[in-house]
Amino acid sequence: MAEEMRVVLRNYGKINPLKITDYLSVGGYEALKKARTMTRKAVIEEIIQSKLRGRGGAGFNTGQKWAFAHKTQDDQKYVICNADEGEPGTYKDRMLMENDPHAIFEGMAICGYAIGANKGYVYCRGEYPHLITILKTAIYQAKQHGILGDFDIEVRTGAGAFVCGEETALLESIEGHRGEPRIRPPFPTQKGLWQKPTVVNNVETLANIPVIIDKGAAHFAAIGAPTYPGTKILTLTGDVNNRTFFEIPTNTTIREVIFEFGGGIPGDKKFKAVQIGGASGAFIAANSLDTQISFDAMSAINSTLGSGAVYVLDETRDIIDVTTRIARFFEHESCGKCAPCREGTARLHELMWKLNSGRGSAKDITLLKKLGRVMSITCLCGLGQAAPTAILTTIERFSDDYEAKLM
Amino acid sequence: MGYKQILDAYKNIPGGMIEAFNAIQDIYSYLPEEAIIEAAKVFNVPVSKVYDVTTFYSMFSIKPRGKNVIRICQSAPCHVAGAAEVVAALERELGIRIGESTSDGKFALETTECVGQCQDTPVITINGKPYMGVTPATVVDILAEYK
Ligand SMILES: Cc1cc2nc3c(=O)[nH]c(=O)nc-3n(C[C@H](O)[C@H](O)[C@H](O)COP(=O)(O)O)c2cc1C
Ligand code: FES
Repeated sequence: MAEEMRVVLRNYGKINPLKITDYLSVGGYEALKKARTMTRKAVIEEIIQSKLRGRGGAGFNTGQKWAFAHKTQDDQKYVICNADEGEPGTYKDRMLMENDPHAIFEGMAICGYAIGANKGYVYCRGEYPHLITILKTAIYQAKQHGILGDFDIEVRTGAGAFVCGEETALLESIEGHRGEPRIRPPFPTQKGLWQKPTVVNNVETLANIPVIIDKGAAHFAAIGAPTYPGTKILTLTGDVNNRTFFEIPTNTTIREVIFEFGGGIPGDKKFKAVQIGGASGAFIAANSLDTQISFDAMSAINSTLGSGAVYVLDETRDIIDVTTRIARFFEHESCGKCAPCREGTARLHELMWKLNSGRGSAKDITLLKKLGRVMSITCLCGLGQAAPTAILTTIERFSDDYEAKLM
Repeated sequence: MGYKQILDAYKNIPGGMIEAFNAIQDIYSYLPEEAIIEAAKVFNVPVSKVYDVTTFYSMFSIKPRGKNVIRICQSAPCHVAGAAEVVAALERELGIRIGESTSDGKFALETTECVGQCQDTPVITINGKPYMGVTPATVVDILAEYK
């Protein structure tokens, strides 16, 4: 039986998040102290050696990102914690912030030291008002204890826009504008918040940092899959017995996730499909269940790990209806800046709606495939590029379901 | 606190307009026109730019709406868990459709995408407070808390 491994959730349920002394008593902020005795370069090297990769979806090497920001010379730099968590079915960052906010601040402060930034922001989605209070209280306590030194952290609140999780849209939002993605390059590590070098990291990524500094890169790199080491928090939704969260090593297979941790499908029904990574994720069929959840193993089957949302459908579910709903999500959340996404998401939804209501033809499926391909190449940001994923993967892997609904 | 004081409190924070609007909505439930015009002055930007921002974010409303804002999650996990029945029950119970407010000004009914409480679907929020595992039957009790 595969086992949970709590690295980022190390303090879950063990400390009172609103008492900094609890965090200190379990060794909290020791890693920050240790990092500050090391050279900035040595801290970055440690993170690079750990092979930690971003948990926000793109899987970029965290230490490498820090190295870029470190190299860019400027009098002002920023560290941003991306707490916009908007992928449907995902609530891991909320769990982390609710239960262990200081672990995230510690990660931010270590990053700040490494790249030479004295200011950090937590950009928290507007759907988590209770968290804003927790975060602000925890920051206040850290300041009272003088623990952060000259590193300042400020909380900013979103206002209901999925696209603001995209790092450059997030920067625009903090600056007080519409959350429309910027054209990259320049990347945030060169020109980020207010055009200053900025590291944007996901909540879960940052929560790993103190552990790496504390226990060493080699310890971390030995956990899970070699090219995407460590653990991942998964949140299980849909037709699965244990609709809850788990933190597991990244070499765990999808089958173990659904049938061991998830306890299988309720009511003796058969598994039909699983979508991993939220609305942006691919639908995966039974023949790929033995794939490991690590970033590269998922890429190898043309799928993604993404945010770690695991959405299971049993044999009785109408996957065309679900995919239509997902198409509606992207139409709603498209920011409208670039034409392929603004128009494309509306047309994808229109065509899916037509198919779902039994009025579609084989020609519509051909059109969806073509439009989806064009969008995945031409859209400005990851939102539009991933918008066709659920459609394209269900057309490919569940073609019978489409056939059955044709006019 | 009135909108003027709120705007004043945020005027020196770089990019603070969105923070100010969140705070104004907590009190007014929407963004009154006067507040938008005042924000343009305080943050020294054209009124059109303020509308540019307010209309971008789904949680901001520039139209008056009911005091208690009910949002029903429509994302796929809530969708298969019966969100449509919850929508129907709320519409029936309040006598309004999605996008409308009750005539006594108490409730506004809206849809939303995932609010990150997917451990127990379907989910609704009222003024940001989540209610999980909602059914057409429990909706009535939940509404009673706000009547
Ligand atoms: C549409 C869209 C939404 C995103 N939402 C989030 C999010 O909610 N949280 C997050 O950490 N990253 C999100 N990302 C990824 C970020 O752009 C960025 O890659 C990430 O914050 C970098 O942090 P990491 O390297 O620690 O993963 C999103 C990307 C796109 C295109
Ligand atoms: S899917 Fe409805 S709360 Fe997450």
